[in-house]
Amino acid sequence: MSWEWDVIIEHFPRLLQGAWLTLELVLLSGFAGLMLAIPLALMRVSHRPWLKAIPFGYIFFFRGTPLLIQIFLVYYGASQFEIIKNSALWPILREPYWCAIITFAMHTAAYIAEILRGAIQSIPKGEIEAARALGMSYPLMLRRIILPRAFGIMMPAYGNEVILMLKGSALASTITLLDLTGMARTIIARTYTPLEVFLAAGVIYLIISALIIFLFRYLEKRFNHHQHWPNEKPKDLDPQH
Amino acid sequence: MELQGFGHLLISGAWITIQLAICSLFVGLLFGILGATAKLSSSKIAQAIGNGYTLFVRGMPELLLVLTIYFGSSAVLMAIASIFGYDEYIELSPFIAGVIALSIAFGAYATEVFRGAIQEIPKGQREAAMALGMTRFQTFRRITLPQVWRIALPGLGNLFLVLLKDTALVSVIGLNELMRQTSVAVGNTKEPFTFYFAAAMVYLFMTSISMAGLYFLERYANRGYHGARA
Repeated sequence: MSWEWDVIIEHFPRLLQGAWLTLELVLLSGFAGLMLAIPLALMRVSHRPWLKAIPFGYIFFFRGTPLLIQIFLVYYGASQFEIIKNSALWPILREPYWCAIITFAMHTAAYIAEILRGAIQSIPKGEIEAARALGMSYPLMLRRIILPRAFGIMMPAYGNEVILMLKGSALASTITLLDLTGMARTIIARTYTPLEVFLAAGVIYLIISALIIFLFRYLEKRFNHHQHWPNEKPKDLDPQH
Repeated sequence: MELQGFGHLLISGAWITIQLAICSLFVGLLFGILGATAKLSSSKIAQAIGNGYTLFVRGMPELLLVLTIYFGSSAVLMAIASIFGYDEYIELSPFIAGVIALSIAFGAYATEVFRGAIQEIPKGQREAAMALGMTRFQTFRRITLPQVWRIALPGLGNLFLVLLKDTALVSVIGLNELMRQTSVAVGNTKEPFTFYFAAAMVYLFMTSISMAGLYFLERYANRGYHGARA
């Protein structure tokens, strides 16, 4: 067995090109997933049973089936229906790029919704009562109290979810996209050096996840600014705990 | 849902998926225990190996791991075999490669679960065992491990659900499990939505059964602890 550094060095720019597409997929689908997760989580904490049932079914489906099957359902499954083929959606659903983003967004939304639900439910009750006592309407309370607090609480768990999504994005290579994994596979098909190229791709993934971890440490500090006092975190300040 | 006689194909695929998941679970648990032991050991080298293992595997996509093991193992195996004078072509079967890849991935996360569980056991128990003259291995087998299961069960249960879904990735290297059999049916019938949806329902059924099983396992494991833990 010989280890060929030349192959890695020669094809490194192409791997970076793939890494860029991976980042694009994760960022776009992550943002869209977050937007989709907010209404899902809010419905999930509602007290009306019929309103709770919709996100429950959605989350059950997307968390209980493999991401690979979801991506195939969107990419290959959509072409089964003539209505979709004739509709204005077809130019989008024909593209593997948009199929990947749509699937990843819907997939990650199910997980984020559960995280967000946990965060909303762990906001101290007193804060919401206080907001109500001040006469805030529900939308105002949502904007000023519930969502900002929930984002602060969910940040660490959300960071983990983004890293899982980064790893899941490798599945884009199964629908012909040249993301980091897809690019590695095409390089290997030509050079036949699987260990070298896959390992190089693995290291790039590792670096991206390290960057994500640092980004979320920073975001956590930003969102929970009130808890990080310059000298010392005051203890037992909240009578609810 | 009309499956046009391909139902048995999906069922045979589901059976392979179950075998793959169970095999990977057992090997993965072994990796997890070994990893946790390495991380908690006093040897700096063992700690470095344990940390490197979890860091690298948890930061790498499972699909990439499956591909690396399947396509990379030949080169490694043939290099080892040639030392012993065997120069024929060697290749791992997709099933074996799948078990290795999935159990390595499962083991990395299980390492963290086991580590947390071992650390949760009061130190006094280990000291008591030592005072009774048990060796370190005896202490681990008789005192620590039986209790670790109970604490680690919820975490391991979640990991098993992840593992069950990750088995779909092994279809990429050509194992005839549920996902690949579904693709075969799709190729014949040209009805992708119907079949992928049917397969999704089978996965959903398998995860639901596992969740119910885990619920009962957890209840069984905690049978002596009603109200004992706040």
